[in-house]
Amino acid sequence: MALFDSMGRRWLALFKGFHGNLSFLGETTKEWLGMLVHPGRFRFGDAALAFERAAFDGLPICGGIGFLLGVILSFQSAAALQQFGVEIYVSDLITIGLFRELGPLVTAIILAGRSGSAFAAEIGTMKVDEELDALTTMGLPPVRFLVMPRVAAAILAMPILTIFAELAGLVGGAIVLEMMNVPNAVFWRHVAATADTFMILFGLGKACLFGLLVGLVGCSAGMRTQNTADGVGRAATAAVVGGIVSIALADGILAVICYAWNL
Amino acid sequence: MEPVIELDKVDAGYPGATILKNVSFDVLKGEVFALLGTSGCGKSTIMKHMIGLNPVLGGKLKVCGMEWSDRTRARLCRKIGVMYQSGALFGNMNCLENVMLPLEEFSRLGRKARRERAMALLADVELADAAQKMPAEISGGMRKRVAIARAMALDPEVVFLDEPSAGLDPVTSASLDNLILKLKSEKAMTFVVVTHELPSIFKIADRCAMFDKSRQAMIALGVPAELKERSEDPFVRNFFSRGECHV
Repeated sequence: MALFDSMGRRWLALFKGFHGNLSFLGETTKEWLGMLVHPGRFRFGDAALAFERAAFDGLPICGGIGFLLGVILSFQSAAALQQFGVEIYVSDLITIGLFRELGPLVTAIILAGRSGSAFAAEIGTMKVDEELDALTTMGLPPVRFLVMPRVAAAILAMPILTIFAELAGLVGGAIVLEMMNVPNAVFWRHVAATADTFMILFGLGKACLFGLLVGLVGCSAGMRTQNTADGVGRAATAAVVGGIVSIALADGILAVICYAWNL
Repeated sequence: MEPVIELDKVDAGYPGATILKNVSFDVLKGEVFALLGTSGCGKSTIMKHMIGLNPVLGGKLKVCGMEWSDRTRARLCRKIGVMYQSGALFGNMNCLENVMLPLEEFSRLGRKARRERAMALLADVELADAAQKMPAEISGGMRKRVAIARAMALDPEVVFLDEPSAGLDPVTSASLDNLILKLKSEKAMTFVVVTHELPSIFKIADRCAMFDKSRQAMIALGVPAELKERSEDPFVRNFFSRGECHV
């Protein structure tokens, strides 16, 4: 009986979570549509603040991880390609890898850890302090006030962080190949020849999508914070885990679409 | 006097958990009405129904002649002001910006006029000097005063105060009571106060309703001093007699 009871509770919690996410998504969509009619309602100041924290404060970590990613990719692939004397193709590999896949993916994971959790913690703390209730009773939808500026900031921050991480990764690759006697000029010529406009735009589009997911999941976790001692901590954890899972899911779906459409 | 809030056989609580049953009373225009009872008796729950945060489980609740619904929410929100227990000021805005927020969203005043109005409201609560301070830089009592100023920004018909004395020392608590009385007389506002502080009840409340957790019901309604003297309910007499030393 205890097993069935436990399973029942888990399913119920899962359903409630799904229902909560769905209503949150509906409310957010409604507010975005309303914003198209009344763009003046958008809280530009709050969005700018959230953007500054998500984008500019995140540059060092994204640059650092991107650089290391470039170094690691170069070393790992060079070891294999050197056997055939074609280590110059390491530049093509890391260009494609970073621009199409790893740049947006790794940056999104960093954003989920830094900003997604911060969004959840900020909104969660406000909920515990009754600030969300205060907004509601003033007739101001919390979604418009708290969620939309943060989601917009995450969408706008992702391409900037992604480009920065990708460039740092290429610099890392260039340094490794220089050590393997591949001149920098040759490396950058290969990068320029490999990276076409579609590849770069596709990667940036993915980055924007991942930013949207990180923002939505983080804010949703914050809005559903429980009024308990560990409520805010749990919300921050849910934001990071949920953010990473949703990014991986979206990336997987995009990979299948790209394969099916030969993109 | 006309009623501002009408409760008719209201069942209060949350889905699946009824806390109070069959609650009926009116709050009249211009009075300070207190919701009393011990912790967990449902007074804050009743207030949450009144301010439209939670729907009632049964019965009818009208605020300014309207029931809470998606259609009436926007209008009703402008007719009420709420001061939460913690103040619930927005931490990323200073005191002046907190008070200006409802004016920015709902009034047609220009920026300068909004600022002047917010400063006047802060002066009403004797905090004009703290206008540029952040909520984290002021005391709990000051935060509650700013929250009262924000609640009054749109000249609401009724102001709800959730445990205004909670967490305050007796002197600060008494000064907050004086402020409520001053605002009541100067602005002829209606106040609904959730509290269990007896000195505060006797000082500010014109009438009160008392709730009992074990009976899940409203057990008394009337003038606090009269209830204390004449109530036949032992729970009510006991509740009021505990405050005799403070009165």
